[in-house]
Order: sequence, then structure tokens, then C-alpha cells
Amino acid sequence: MIKPLIQGLTLTLKHFLNPSKVVTMQYPDEKWTPYPRFRGLHELQRDEDGKEKCVACGLCSTVCPSECINLVGAEDKNGNRYAETYEIDMFRCIFCGYCEEVCPEEAIFLRQDYELATENVNDRIHNKEKLLVPLKKKSK
Amino acid sequence: MTNAIIIAILAAIKIGIVIGVLLLVIAYLIWVERKVMAHMQVRLGPMRVGWHGLLQPIADGLKLITKEDIIPANASKILFVLSPVIAMIPALLSIAVIPFGDTITIMGVSIDMVITDVNIGILFILAVSSVGVYGILLGGWSSNNKYSLLGGLRSSAQMISYELSMGLSLIGVIMMTESLSLVDTVNAQAGLWFVVLQPIAFVVYAISAIAETNRCPFDLPEAETELVSGFHTEYSSMKFALFFMAEYANIITVSAVGVTFFLGGWRGPFLPPVVWFLIKMALCIFFFVWLRSTFPRFRIDQLMQFAWKVLLPVAIVNVLITGLVMSIL
Repeated sequence: MIKPLIQGLTLTLKHFLNPSKVVTMQYPDEKWTPYPRFRGLHELQRDEDGKEKCVACGLCSTVCPSECINLVGAEDKNGNRYAETYEIDMFRCIFCGYCEEVCPEEAIFLRQDYELATENVNDRIHNKEKLLVPLKKKSK
Repeated sequence: MTNAIIIAILAAIKIGIVIGVLLLVIAYLIWVERKVMAHMQVRLGPMRVGWHGLLQPIADGLKLITKEDIIPANASKILFVLSPVIAMIPALLSIAVIPFGDTITIMGVSIDMVITDVNIGILFILAVSSVGVYGILLGGWSSNNKYSLLGGLRSSAQMISYELSMGLSLIGVIMMTESLSLVDTVNAQAGLWFVVLQPIAFVVYAISAIAETNRCPFDLPEAETELVSGFHTEYSSMKFALFFMAEYANIITVSAVGVTFFLGGWRGPFLPPVVWFLIKMALCIFFFVWLRSTFPRFRIDQLMQFAWKVLLPVAIVNVLITGLVMSIL
């Protein structure tokens, strides 16, 4: 009966005497790198010319199980469809990745960013400006 | 007349120093406990406020002072306010008779390193510390909350049961010193510490001291898994802090009594007496934290069975053996 008690005490003392070994992460200072298939914040893609890939087909907002994608399509002067508004409610999104799977144009991807907490409730809705990949500066 | 004034001034200075050190130690005990326990559980503990979280107790204190003080509806208001005080005062009071050093002489005035050497010292400590039960029981009852009430009832049952074996474990030592004064107890250990002569009593005292202070693995009054946080569920702000400080003050008291009765008090070679006393205290307190970070909690029936069926008979047998051996020698 006494032996397991002493075993437990020895184990905790061993860890105490070796303070450099810790398993926790000092979060805001150290950050965890997500795995490549991690489903984080969405990102709307552009093609090589910097044009939005999304053609506003509406498949993503249809397949979305939590109905968090608000998509309104429109046509530009050349007759190409594009998304006039593309908003994702981050409070409702469950990061299932169905939108990424269903997209025929490969226009939406779930990326690595997981720090989505906001101080303002209205910031929960990410609009197209927030979701789109920033335009690359043309190096040529 | 001048003699009386000098004694009064000296007493005031001693009380001031002891209370100041005690409150500071209580504040930093919380930091030490969090830190030691964290490293035992392979974590880091507080790291943000100051170097390795050294200013954490100050931050916690400021937070608790500025927090909203909630008194629940239908609570018994007077008792609700009074019970943290009833818990805190006895915890501080029992330090008064603990000797923490030899008599020293400064400028012709000899100073005893004890606030007051009462000739019934240990009786005083046991009497005063059992008043602390009322604080916890009344705090649990006056909150008008079933978890608090259960926590308070459990706590009083536990403290009354373990007080018996605690007192009986000390009786062995008292029989050998033939004195209730703590100064005499320390003086009787000039040759051999009582932990060698009374090993069973020491083990019984250690176990019941942990139970008396409601510490893990005997922290049933605040068993989080069953009772939210026991008797102080409804307490917030400074009243909660008072309960918390009372718990740590009790740890210091039982460690001090244990050191005085079994580990030779302030006696030790080379270093000054006060330093020895503090080293022994620190080791005892470390043991408390060590146990907390290692063992899971008892069940309430196991706890009561252990107190009445194991600890109390062992303590009584110890008293008997001590008496027999003393009458033979």
C-alpha cells in the first residue's frame, strides 16, 4: 500500500528536479504550426492575371451545412459572372471544408490561420476584401 | 514602569514583524505552490507578470480587491460577512506562541524570539485553530447554496474527526516533555529530535495536519468534481481571498507546530536559529505542495473510515506505548 504512494512521489519529484522539460507551449510567444491539411480561415483565389477565380455558381453556399456563406452573383461588361458579395459568417462556420471540396473553379481554400477571435461582433463577417488573396505585385 | 514600556514596545515590534512576514509569505506561498505544482506536472506555471511570474501575487491581490463583492439573495448577511473573518483570525492567532529562535540580547535587553511564551501554548493553538471550523461551517451555511452547505458540513465533520488524532499524536510528545509550553518543547529537543523518539506520532500528526488544513488529498470540503468549490462557492472578491489566505495561514501554522514538536524547532548547527526554523518550515510546506500535486482525492466514506478506524487507534496505541516505556525506564 505504501509502495505506490512512494512511486508517485518519486515521479513528481523527478519532474520537479528537471524544470527545463515542459510539455506546454507559451502560446502567444510560441505558436503551433498547423498541418498542411488543417482547415482554417478561408481564402478566395485569383488566377495568373489577378482576376478572381470565383464565378458565383453558388455551389458553396448550397453545400454549406451551417449556411454561413452569403453569395450574390453579378455579370461584368464582358458577360463573365463574378461574386458581387461574398461573405462568410465566422461564428456560424464549422470549418468542414465542403465549400473547398465542391468548388469547380478551385476558387476557395481553407488555409492555416486559426486566430479568428474578434473584439467587435460585426467583425465576425468576413467579406470579399478580407477573404481574397492580396494581389501579387508583378515582378516582371 | 520603564521595564513594562520596553516589553510592550518589544512585543508590538515582534507582532508587527511576524504579521508582516506572515502575510508576505502567504501571498508568495500561492506563487510557490503554483510554480512547484506546475513543474511537477511538467508545466511552467505563471510566467507573464514579472520575472517568472514573481509579481503574480500582487496582481492577484489587486484583482481580488477591485472585483465585485457579491452577497447572494437570501443569504444570511451578517454571518456571510463574518465567516471569512472567523476563518482568518484563528489562523493568524496561533502563530503567537510559536518560538522561532533562541533568546537574543541586544543592548542589555534580552529578547525572546517568540511573541508570547504561554505555559499552555499547544492547548492554545489547538483551541484557537478549532474555532476556524466555525468560519467554514457558517460560511457554507449562510451562503444559502446546497453545494456550500455540503462543503461546510463535510469540512466540519472532517476537521472534528482529524482534530482528535492530531491532539492524541501530540500527547506522546507532551508526556515526554511534561510541559504544554512550546519553548519547553523545543528545549527538550536539544539532544534528540522527537521525530526519532516518536515516529508513529509524527506520521499521524502529518496526516491529520493535512486533513485539518483541508489540503489535497483530503480537500473534500472543496471537492471541485462534486461540490463546485465547496463552502466558498458563493464567495467572491476579498472575502474569497480571506478564505484562501486562511487556508495558507493554516498550512504555515501546522507546519510550524510540526517543526516545533517533532523536528527540533529552531535547533540546528552552524546557521542562526531563525534560519533553521525557516528552512524546516519551507521543507514542510514543500511537502504539502508535493502531496497535492501527486495524490488524488479521498472519497468521503474512506476519509471518515481512515480517521476513526486507523488513525485514532494508532494514535491511542502510541500514547499507551509511550506511557508504558516511560514507566519502565
